[in-house]
Amino acid sequence: MGLPSKNWRLRNQRYRLVGEICEKCGTPIFPPRDVCPECEGPAQTPYVFSGRGEVYSYSTVYHPPAEFERYAPYTVALVRLEEGPMLTAQLTDVAPEEVYIGMPVEMVTRQLQTEGDEGVIAYGYKFRPLIR
Amino acid sequence: METRLLRTDREVGIIGYGAYIPRYRLPATEVARIWTGGEGETPVTEKAVAGPDEDVVTISIEAARNALARAGNVDPALIRAVWVGSESHPYAVKPTSTILAEAIGATPYVQAGDWEFACKAGTEALQAAIGFVGSGMGRYALAVGADTAQARPGDALEYTAASGGAAYLVGPAEEALAVVEGSLSYVTDTPDFWRRAYQHYPSHGGRFTGEPAYFKHIAEAARALMEALGTTPADYDYAVFHQPNVKFPQTVARQLGFKPEQIGAGLLADRIGNTYAGSSLIGLTAILDGARPDQRILLVSFGSGAGSDAISLRTTEAIRERQGRAPATQDYIARRTVIDYGLYVRFRGKLRV
Ligand SMILES: [Zn+2]
Repeated sequence: MGLPSKNWRLRNQRYRLVGEICEKCGTPIFPPRDVCPECEGPAQTPYVFSGRGEVYSYSTVYHPPAEFERYAPYTVALVRLEEGPMLTAQLTDVAPEEVYIGMPVEMVTRQLQTEGDEGVIAYGYKFRPLIR
Repeated sequence: METRLLRTDREVGIIGYGAYIPRYRLPATEVARIWTGGEGETPVTEKAVAGPDEDVVTISIEAARNALARAGNVDPALIRAVWVGSESHPYAVKPTSTILAEAIGATPYVQAGDWEFACKAGTEALQAAIGFVGSGMGRYALAVGADTAQARPGDALEYTAASGGAAYLVGPAEEALAVVEGSLSYVTDTPDFWRRAYQHYPSHGGRFTGEPAYFKHIAEAARALMEALGTTPADYDYAVFHQPNVKFPQTVARQLGFKPEQIGAGLLADRIGNTYAGSSLIGLTAILDGARPDQRILLVSFGSGAGSDAISLRTTEAIRERQGRAPATQDYIARRTVIDYGLYVRFRGKLRV
């Protein structure tokens, strides 16, 4: 039952990029961690990120673990959000050879994994090339 | 006649709208290559196919985000109903609508539910949202029609069964980009198309699918609505009908007295296929993308089993500034990656080992 409870606990950040903003120095924080990485002040004000950013670095996965096999080959990227924070996410709607460093991307909510045909479906953020 | 209308206590309209169409396209020639040796006419040129990480939940989320972006400053916490109509909800038990409501920040004080009525499930949700807002139960309600339609491999429906969806934020008329002038529903028990519980693929009733189902219900609903409102086809700038293929909506439009130029903007089946509960609603998004203020639009859906919802809309000045706030439906249609039958089989989980 690990997948349902973890995804449920993290649903705000996974579904719609809810992070935090530091009340002391104004740094936007993702994922939320309640203590600012810049000034160590308390950061408890929720902040919804725009979802826009760019590819900072990436790597393509050809032989994934079983639960991700249906997406292979796919690219995992370090994405720098336009507000500053960096996060790791799968890219989607893009062929591995189309990806480049600096590629503008936007957040979409997609299936992350499914527990077979009977288990829960986990949804969360991925990034894709800008539609326009 | 007027009593046939669905009436609201206060005027309502569309505050925001949004479409989503997946990136992948399966050309009809690919289906023909596998099943007919490439012979014969095809009902559409190509259809939109959901990628391996997409389903009705993810399609609904993106369409809803586009609708909210167009709505502008509406606080999602003020949305009192989130309803999704589909015949391909990812769970048999567990609502699509709660996941959508969570993803757009509308939880927890919100009515949520999934609607089912074959290809009319989306307009069913829209009718209900019009009534919900029109009665004053809530200021805003979100209605979505979306599907990842499946057809039995080799069946005639495999050319057209497609993926996509559209979302509409319904609210008070004074904030609307298009005001609802009136709507009605027309339903009968007609066995033209169905899918029994636990079956992957639908069945259809051959001779029941055209004349007594699609054409009868759409024509009766359209005529009854125009009669009740005192309008004629000439009063409409645009019309959009359910589009299981290209010919059916063209034919019913002609029968009703609409000209090809009235249905052109919303007739997308040739390039995206039949998106079932999304079909007429995505067509309407394409019309709204190009409409000017003070234009009249007639929408008539069709769902097997069978029934039609007819809705008459008039655009307002507010449409101008909202059109550009989210990707246009034609932007999604232009974003296009062709796949072959093999990749289609893999993406849609048709290969069971
Ligand atoms: Zn700080």
